[in-house]
Amino acid sequence: MTRTTGRRSGVAPAPRGQVRRRRGVQRWHVAAALATLVLAALASLFVGVGDLTPADLLDPDEAQARVLWTSRVPRLLAILLAGSAMAVAGLVMMHLTRNRFVSPQTAGTTEWVGLGIVVATLSFGGASVLGKMVIGVVFALAGTALFVWLLQRMVLTDVVVVPLVGILLGGVVSAAATFLAYRFDLLQTVDVWMNGDFSGVLAGRYELLWLVLAATVVAYLWADRFSVAGMGESFAINLGVAYTRVVMVGLAIASVVTAIVVVSVGSIPFLGLVVPNLVTLAMGDDLRRVLPVTALTGAAFVLVCDVLARTVRYPYEVPVGMIGGVVGGVLFIWLLLRARKRAL
Amino acid sequence: MAAVLTAPQRAVRRRRTLVVLGVLTLAVVAAFLTVDVTGSWDYALQQRGRRLAAMAVVAVAVAVSTVLFQTVTNNRILTPEIMGFDRLFVLIQTVGVFSLGAATVTTTDPRLRFAVEVVVLIGFGALLYRSLFGRTERDVYVLVLLGVVLGSTFTSLTLLVSRLIDPNEFLTLQDLLFASFNSVDRQMLALSAVLVALVTAGVWRLLPRLDVVALGRDTAVGLGVEHRRVVDRALLAVAVLVAVATALVGPITFLGLLVANLARQLLGTHRHAWVLPGAALLALLALAGGQLVLEQVFGFNSSLSIVVNFVGGIVFIALLVREPRQ
Repeated sequence: MTRTTGRRSGVAPAPRGQVRRRRGVQRWHVAAALATLVLAALASLFVGVGDLTPADLLDPDEAQARVLWTSRVPRLLAILLAGSAMAVAGLVMMHLTRNRFVSPQTAGTTEWVGLGIVVATLSFGGASVLGKMVIGVVFALAGTALFVWLLQRMVLTDVVVVPLVGILLGGVVSAAATFLAYRFDLLQTVDVWMNGDFSGVLAGRYELLWLVLAATVVAYLWADRFSVAGMGESFAINLGVAYTRVVMVGLAIASVVTAIVVVSVGSIPFLGLVVPNLVTLAMGDDLRRVLPVTALTGAAFVLVCDVLARTVRYPYEVPVGMIGGVVGGVLFIWLLLRARKRAL
Repeated sequence: MAAVLTAPQRAVRRRRTLVVLGVLTLAVVAAFLTVDVTGSWDYALQQRGRRLAAMAVVAVAVAVSTVLFQTVTNNRILTPEIMGFDRLFVLIQTVGVFSLGAATVTTTDPRLRFAVEVVVLIGFGALLYRSLFGRTERDVYVLVLLGVVLGSTFTSLTLLVSRLIDPNEFLTLQDLLFASFNSVDRQMLALSAVLVALVTAGVWRLLPRLDVVALGRDTAVGLGVEHRRVVDRALLAVAVLVAVATALVGPITFLGLLVANLARQLLGTHRHAWVLPGAALLALLALAGGQLVLEQVFGFNSSLSIVVNFVGGIVFIALLVREPRQ
């Protein structure tokens, strides 16, 4: 399979299935979105308690430079990394499970990471971020594997049963984590991972998040393979794709990204679900074409939520996960009702 | 399995099951009141008695509301809690404190406050769920997923609003929100008991018609039951009961699901006159027994709702995964 540029790969066979391909999105739409993102990103640098105006950028004094480089810029980077990677993780999961409503947040993966964090904190005392991350990744992989195993066992009558089981499974895991946390006075830890929050991001404390960029790049390089795998096992094997391996790699990428993001900044509910859905609604299902736009939209979504979270009760902050939970939940409900109306 | 039994035999078996349940519940209640009392018996009995009374009120409220809701929606995996009713109530309380201020809320007569909250819940709930039910009729899984997402959105919104509240006022809210069996207000308890008793008495008069409604809308209409009216009344009762239970002890999502299904299975019938008392007894058994085991065996205090959600979640997944095969 030769690799072409993202734009031209629209010609290659893509998992269009019964989904109508729309040509509504033009190149200038993407350019406009990108410009908006850049503008919002710049704006976000100047939201905060410490005084910093665009004019100061030209000639910052020492304090302003410190605010900029230890807090504002790392925070912006963390938002962009986490937002884009989670959206892409959701997109990959959606393709591989062939279900629009499956994402790390609706498969219980997030909650498994949370349980992993509690276990890590318990068994190694105040485990280092890296230690938590490793254990988080292990739990995320195991949890996703369990979900996929359950998926195979289910007699599917309806696409929405899959996310439903995933969400409930997440609830059970989260109850287990809360129980442990309650028992050992770690409830604050649970609070932190349940409500994503970028206020703790400072230079020197977020750098592990860069790992998700690597995962996102791998996802892009393998986009065509995920597309083929998303067309079903026999189809993929006929086309010469090692179906099982591709699916495993894809789900592993999604799990690892989720674990890293949740350990670093906490969970942003529905992010991995609504962003890929909105983008594929507008652009169709060609994975390679959609993936970069999904990443951009995910970053923009989190960025907007974070700026909101920082301004809604200025000078205090609200965890971005709460804003994301409200916005994402409303969007999810809209998507559900919409999908249902079209199916009827 | 009960197919070979004749009708009278089944009635005898049902009665026996109910009696066994009653005796078991009594035993657990007695144990709950008396086990490991050190110091003053008067004090211990008074304290535990109040907690037990709260449990009984919640047990009846949760059992009756769940069974009614399942009858009305004609499905045994839907419950008001899964549809987000209890979270909606918490959200209403939070928004109340946010918009009116803690001072207004605390100085209002709790009975008046509760009445207003319930009315708002009924209004919002009717609006929200009427439109959802109308749009996705008979599509149970979509409904459940919608309910779950609604519940989680309500929770996010509650957290968000509570962050916007002044920290001092938030303390008041916390008293309202983080209720548990250990911190039940006596006045609220009395009010709740009266409300639950009244509503349950009202429901009792509906029972024959509810049995018909359980057969499905078309059959019920064919048999001459005013389906819409019975459903409206049942939903009204559900809203009041959910509000009472949530106001007393906060959300316990899966309790109703567990006891309603277990009661039907144990009693081998869908008739409300049997299922309602069975489910209520099971709920009290689960609450008092669960608390007893947690406290005495594990030395925990108030994590019962977490355990119920853990067990209930697993049962729910099993129900979902197995349902289509039957």
